[in-house]
Amino acid sequence: MNDIWAGLEAAFWLIVTLDADLLEITLRSLYVSLTALVIASAIALPFGSWLAIRRFRYRRATIAVLNALMGLPPVVVGLVVFLLLSRSGPFGVLGLLFTPTAMIIAQVIIITPLIASITHQAMRELWAEYHDLLISLNTSNWQRVTTLIVDGRRALLTASLAGFGRAIGEVGAIMIVGGNIEHATRVLTTAIALETGKGDFALALGLGFVLIALALMVNFAIHALSRTEREGRW
Amino acid sequence: MAMTATLQGALVKRKGKTILGPVTCDLLPEGITIVLGPNGAGKTTLLKVLHGVERLTEGTVRWNVSDEEAHTSQAYVFQSPIMLRRSVRQNLAYPLQLIRASKADIVRQTSHWAQRIGLADALDRPATRLSGGEKQKLALGRALIRKPKVLFLDEPCANLDGRATREIENVLQEAYRTGTRIIMTTHDLGQAKRLASDVIFLLKGQVHEQLPGSLFFDNPQTSEARAFLQGDIVE
Repeated sequence: MNDIWAGLEAAFWLIVTLDADLLEITLRSLYVSLTALVIASAIALPFGSWLAIRRFRYRRATIAVLNALMGLPPVVVGLVVFLLLSRSGPFGVLGLLFTPTAMIIAQVIIITPLIASITHQAMRELWAEYHDLLISLNTSNWQRVTTLIVDGRRALLTASLAGFGRAIGEVGAIMIVGGNIEHATRVLTTAIALETGKGDFALALGLGFVLIALALMVNFAIHALSRTEREGRW
Repeated sequence: MAMTATLQGALVKRKGKTILGPVTCDLLPEGITIVLGPNGAGKTTLLKVLHGVERLTEGTVRWNVSDEEAHTSQAYVFQSPIMLRRSVRQNLAYPLQLIRASKADIVRQTSHWAQRIGLADALDRPATRLSGGEKQKLALGRALIRKPKVLFLDEPCANLDGRATREIENVLQEAYRTGTRIIMTTHDLGQAKRLASDVIFLLKGQVHEQLPGSLFFDNPQTSEARAFLQGDIVE
């Protein structure tokens, strides 16, 4: 119990004194995960919706693969991205390894299947409801996808938030491709792993509480901005 | 130009079971056609075949205009109205947005049609929270907003009370007067008599009779049609 109290206390002081290092790694965490979220959503939301409305030959296989990819182990993703971006790898010339960009790439790979899969599930139901009407109105595929995205935006928000949750709490992949370098690629999760390893449980826990608070705040902020949980809206 | 359709040996099978056909018939160029028949006779399927959203197993359906024109000049009102999860206003505007109508035109048309279907006060309400009759009226208004030349309705007044039925029939009569060809199914024989200029009587997927309305109701040609009109159960 003592450790937890000490952790709460550490978190309190870190926040109250606006610790410069804490601020830096918190902002970096947000930057990496939000950027990854935006990129992944831009790919996954239209793709998931498209999967719901199109019938093609390998559709079932695609969906099965997508669902399987949801469980992709971050460490393995990190390893593969590491190999691709390392000096001797195919993209080594870009010099991206151990940069926030590399971390973003890894997180996009991890959360895109998750967002696409949840999107597909939700859009499939909405499509079943709208199918006859949209066919009858002679809509193009693009019009169908955009209609579903607009009218299913609540479900898509849930999908995106699930993706964000996975990204902000992820440590395995960004540790490998980012390297947890102070003032360069250190983020909340990797800092927690480091402090725990060093035995500074109070600071680790403090960072942990900050991380949880951050995740809650982002969720609330997005819900407030999009006014989803209000009466009479979808 | 009036749109007419010709069905040539149209046959719809699903999982080896014949739902409709083979049907060979001509659709008259104008009027209100009422499709009658017991459940499972293929009424809805016939409408969907004519509308071009049901794939034919065999045979053809041909409109006297290009496919493109046939698609864009038809509208369909489903048996259970499909409401977009948007406001009444946005539901009405949706078909116009699809064809990139101008903003001013959309505003004008939506308020005009909201008036016509008696939902002018409900424009900002979520469409999914309307009552059954209001939903059906909204679906009708949304179908008519693009001024279709042909309008299909699949039991538009099922489960509605007298007042809502009359309101819908008034809108239909008005649409008919302004040149919209109407093809609808109904189980309500009174409604059929009120509206029909001609009747297609379907039985077991076949066109059993196709007659002008007055003739069909006064003097049906077959014993099945006579029994159906008397309210007997025809299978």
